[in-house]
Amino acid sequence: MAEVTIKVNGAPVSRDVPDAMLLVEFLREELRLTGTHVGCDTSQCGACVVHLDGRAVKSCTTLAAQAYGAEVTTIEGLAAGEELHPMQRAFHENHGLQCGFCTPGMIMTGIDMVRRYRAAGQELDEAAIRHELEGNLCRCTGYHNIVKSIRQAAGEM
Amino acid sequence: MSVAAPLPHDAAPLHVTGVARYVDDIPRPANTLHLAFGLSEVARGRITALDLATVRAAPGVVLAMAASDLAREADCSPSANDEPLLAKGEVFYAGQPVFLVAATSHRAARRAARLARIEIAEEPALLTIEDALAADSRFEEGPRIYVKGDATTAIATAPHLIEGSLTMGGQEHFYLEGQAALALPQEGGDMVVQSSTQHPTEIQHKVADALGLPMNAVRVETRRMGGGFGGKESQGNALAIACALVAQATGRPAKMRYDRDDDMVITGKRHDFRIDYRAGVDATGRILGLEFVHYCRCGWAQDLSLPVADRAMLHADNAYHLPNVRIESHRLKTHTQSATAYRGFGGPQGMLGIERVMDHVAQALGIDPVALRQANYYRAAPASGPGTGRRHGGAHSPKPEEIGPETTPYHMPVEDFILHEMTARLLESSDYAARKAEIASWNAASPLLKRGIAFSPVKFGISFTLTHLNQAGALVHVYQDGSIHMNHGGTEMGQGLFQKVAQVAAARFGVDPGRVKITATDTGKVPNTSATAASSGSDLNGMAVKAACDTIRDRLAAFVAERHQTDPAMVRFEGGRVHVGGEALPFEQVVKAAYEGRISLSATGFYATPKLRWDRIRGEGRPFFYFAYGCAVTEVVLDTLTGENRILRADILHDCGASLNPALDRGQIEGGYVQGAGWLTTEELVWDDKGRLKTHAPSTYKIPACSDRPRVFKVALWDGANREDTIYRSKAVGEPPFMLGISAWLALSDAVQSTGPNWPDLPAPATAEAVLAAIGRARG
Repeated sequence: MAEVTIKVNGAPVSRDVPDAMLLVEFLREELRLTGTHVGCDTSQCGACVVHLDGRAVKSCTTLAAQAYGAEVTTIEGLAAGEELHPMQRAFHENHGLQCGFCTPGMIMTGIDMVRRYRAAGQELDEAAIRHELEGNLCRCTGYHNIVKSIRQAAGEM
Repeated sequence: MSVAAPLPHDAAPLHVTGVARYVDDIPRPANTLHLAFGLSEVARGRITALDLATVRAAPGVVLAMAASDLAREADCSPSANDEPLLAKGEVFYAGQPVFLVAATSHRAARRAARLARIEIAEEPALLTIEDALAADSRFEEGPRIYVKGDATTAIATAPHLIEGSLTMGGQEHFYLEGQAALALPQEGGDMVVQSSTQHPTEIQHKVADALGLPMNAVRVETRRMGGGFGGKESQGNALAIACALVAQATGRPAKMRYDRDDDMVITGKRHDFRIDYRAGVDATGRILGLEFVHYCRCGWAQDLSLPVADRAMLHADNAYHLPNVRIESHRLKTHTQSATAYRGFGGPQGMLGIERVMDHVAQALGIDPVALRQANYYRAAPASGPGTGRRHGGAHSPKPEEIGPETTPYHMPVEDFILHEMTARLLESSDYAARKAEIASWNAASPLLKRGIAFSPVKFGISFTLTHLNQAGALVHVYQDGSIHMNHGGTEMGQGLFQKVAQVAAARFGVDPGRVKITATDTGKVPNTSATAASSGSDLNGMAVKAACDTIRDRLAAFVAERHQTDPAMVRFEGGRVHVGGEALPFEQVVKAAYEGRISLSATGFYATPKLRWDRIRGEGRPFFYFAYGCAVTEVVLDTLTGENRILRADILHDCGASLNPALDRGQIEGGYVQGAGWLTTEELVWDDKGRLKTHAPSTYKIPACSDRPRVFKVALWDGANREDTIYRSKAVGEPPFMLGISAWLALSDAVQSTGPNWPDLPAPATAEAVLAAIGRARG
C-alpha cells in the first residue's frame, strides 16, 4: 500500500491505496470525481488530463503515489462556484463539444497550453493550438469548434 | 420560436464542469461486481480444454463462467440468434469471448481473465473476401441482385468500356467512451440495466431472453453515450447480458466496461468491401450501362450485415441516373469480428463505388470530373410540387417521360433532387474552376509536392429499410407548476437529439426550452423503440413528441376556450403565455387551473413514417421517405517522396431542410466530414495472417487528430425546406455528411493523377503507403 497525501481542487486528501493505483482511479474511485474520463487506457486520447502542480498530465498513466505532495486540479475544480472558468464558458458557447466525453480533457489541456504560451511570451495561434492538441482526440466534432473555443478563452484568460 | 434557434447542446453545462454522467460514472452499490471476458486468441477452432480453476482462485474473483455453466442459451445477436455470449465448443474469431469473470474490482477481473487454460485445436480460418468466395462462405443463399433496364446490352453496345475493381477498408468506431453496462437486480427477479446503447429496447429484449423473463421484467435506461456512430446499436448487447446474468446468479449489481484494447478486438466495425465495376459510356461520359459486384466482408455472425449490404446497393447510384444497371451483392462470412452498423450503414461503401467510376471515366475520356458528374445527375425536381406550375399538353410541351422524375436502380422516383442548384452554388462559393486551374499550373512547377482538388455530391436515403422500424413513441407530462417532462425513444450520443426535440416541445407549448426537462431514455416510459440509427432520431422522435405535446395543448386550449367562451382553435401558445379571448395568461397559470379543473396533463405520442413500401428481395419500391443532399470540394497536398498528405481546404454545402438547430447541424456536418475523411485516409485496420487484429489501440489505429482537420473549413447550410412533411420541414443529418469526406479521397487521387499519365487506381484507405504505390502506377 502507498500513502497518498495530496490536495485535490484545493482540499487536502490522504488515503492508503494499492501501490499500483492510477491517479485516474484515485480520483474516480476514491474521490468520486468522475469528470476525469478513461477513454483509451493508454495515454493516447487525453480524456483523462488533469493538472498536477499546474501542469497537464494524463492521469491514466500516472500513479496516484507519484502525486504525493502535489496539488491536483480536475475539471470539477475549475469553476468558482457558479462562475465558469473562461475555458469552460468558451466550450459551452462555441459548441466545442458533442458527446462530451473528451471535453474535460480538452479543457484541461486548453488551459495548460494558454498558460505555457503566455509564460513563454509566445502567441498561441491556430497552428499552435492544432499542434498542442495532438494528444487529445475527439471523434465527434471534427475539432473546428474546439480550436475556436480555445482561441476565445485564450483571449479571456 | 425555439425551433431553428442555434442553441448549444442541452448538456453542455454538465460536460464543461465534468458532472455529466456516463454509465461508468453512475454511483454504484458497494457490493457491485466487475466483469471481464476471457478471449480466444485463435480465429477458428474447436475448444478441446477449458480450465478456469486458476481464474476462480485469483484474488477478488467471485465467479467465472463458461458457456457450459449457463443455465440457458444467452444470445447477443440483433438478427439471427447466431451469437452465443460465450463460445460453445467452437471459436469463430480471434477476440471472441470464451468465458466470463466477475470480481470485486475492474482490475481484478481483467487480471483473472488472463489466467485461464484454453486449448483450441486450430482450423483453417477464412479471413479475406477472397478466402470466403473460394469457400462459398456467405450469408443468404446467394447474392442479392437489383436490376433496372439491361446493363449487359447497354455496356456491350456503348462506345467506351471502363472497368476496374476497388477495395475499401473497414473502420473502427472509436467512440471515446467504450462499451459499458451496469445491471441492478430488483425484487422478484426483475432487472434494471444502465447501458451505453443506441438501442435500449434491444438490450431489454436480449437481456430478458437471456434471463428467461418477459420483457416487462427488464427495464433499460440510457441517459447518454460518449459517442455511438452505429457501434452501440448491437455491440452493447454482450455486456448488458453478461452483467444481467451475473446479477441474477449472485444477487449483486454487476458492471462491465471494456478496456479500449478489448473493445477494439471484440466488437464489430464498418464492413470492408471490394467493388468490381464495368461501365459503358458514350463519348460525352454519359453512363449508358453499369454493372457493380459488391463483395462485403461480414465477419463471423450475421448481425446487421444484410441491411448494411442492402443499403450499399441502394447507394450504388449516389446522385446519378443509371438507365441500365445491375448490382450484385455478396455477403461473405469470415472468421473475423462481426462487422456492424457504422454511420452511413453501407451507404458510404456503395457511394464510393460510383464516385470511383465517375473519376475513372473522367480520366479515361479526358473529361472534367465535375462536368461529368453534373451530366449524369438525376433530373432536377420541379421547382414546385409535382403537377403544379407547368402547363402540359400544348404543342411545345415536353413529353411526359422527359419531365417526370427519373428512377433509382430500385425503381423509386427521385422527386426532390436539388443537387444541380447546390452544385452550382458550391462551385461558385469555393471558386472551384479558378483554383483547379491554379493548382494545375502550380503542380507543373512543383516536382515533389502535388496538390489535388475534387468535388463530390451526396444523395442519401432517409428511413430504415426495414420498414417497420420507422416508428417512434413519446411521453410528455406537464406538471402543475408548468414545468414539462419530456421522454421519447431516441438516445443521446452527442448529436444533440435531445436538444432538438426539446426545442420542438417548447415550440408546441410556446414556452422557453429551459422549461422542458430532458430525461433519460427509458424502456419503462416509452416501449418498443427503434434504435437511434439511420439518421432518423429527430425525424421520428420529433414527430412523436409533437403529437404528445399537441394532445396536451389541445386539452389546455379546449379548457381555456370554454372558460372564455371562445373557439379552441383561436387559442394561441406563444411567448410563455396562453393567448385567449384578448388575454395573455401565463402558461403556468393555465396549467394550474387545468389541473384543478381535472384535465389530464400527460400524454403519449406516436409517429409512423408515411409513404414507405419496400421489397428488399426484388429490390423494388420506396424504401426512403426522402433524400438528404450535400456536396463538398476538398483540396489536398501530398509529398510524392513519402506519400504524406494534408487536407488544405474543404468547402461544404449541406442540406438539412429547414434546420431545427443550425449550430447542432453544423456540428454534425463538420464531424461527419472529418470522420469520413479519416475512414478513407489514415484509418487502416490490419489483421495478421492468423486473423488477429493488430490495430487495437489508438497507438496503431489512427483516427483524425486536430492537425488533420482541414486548414480552411467552410461549411454552409442549404436554405431549402424538406419537400416532405417532416418535423418543421427539417432533414436528417446524422449520416449524410459523413460521405462528404469522399471528396478528400478523390482529391488525393487527383493529386496522384498529376504525377503521371496512367490511371493510379488508388484504394481506400489512402494511407501514405497506398498513395506511394498509386504514384508508382500513375507514373508507370
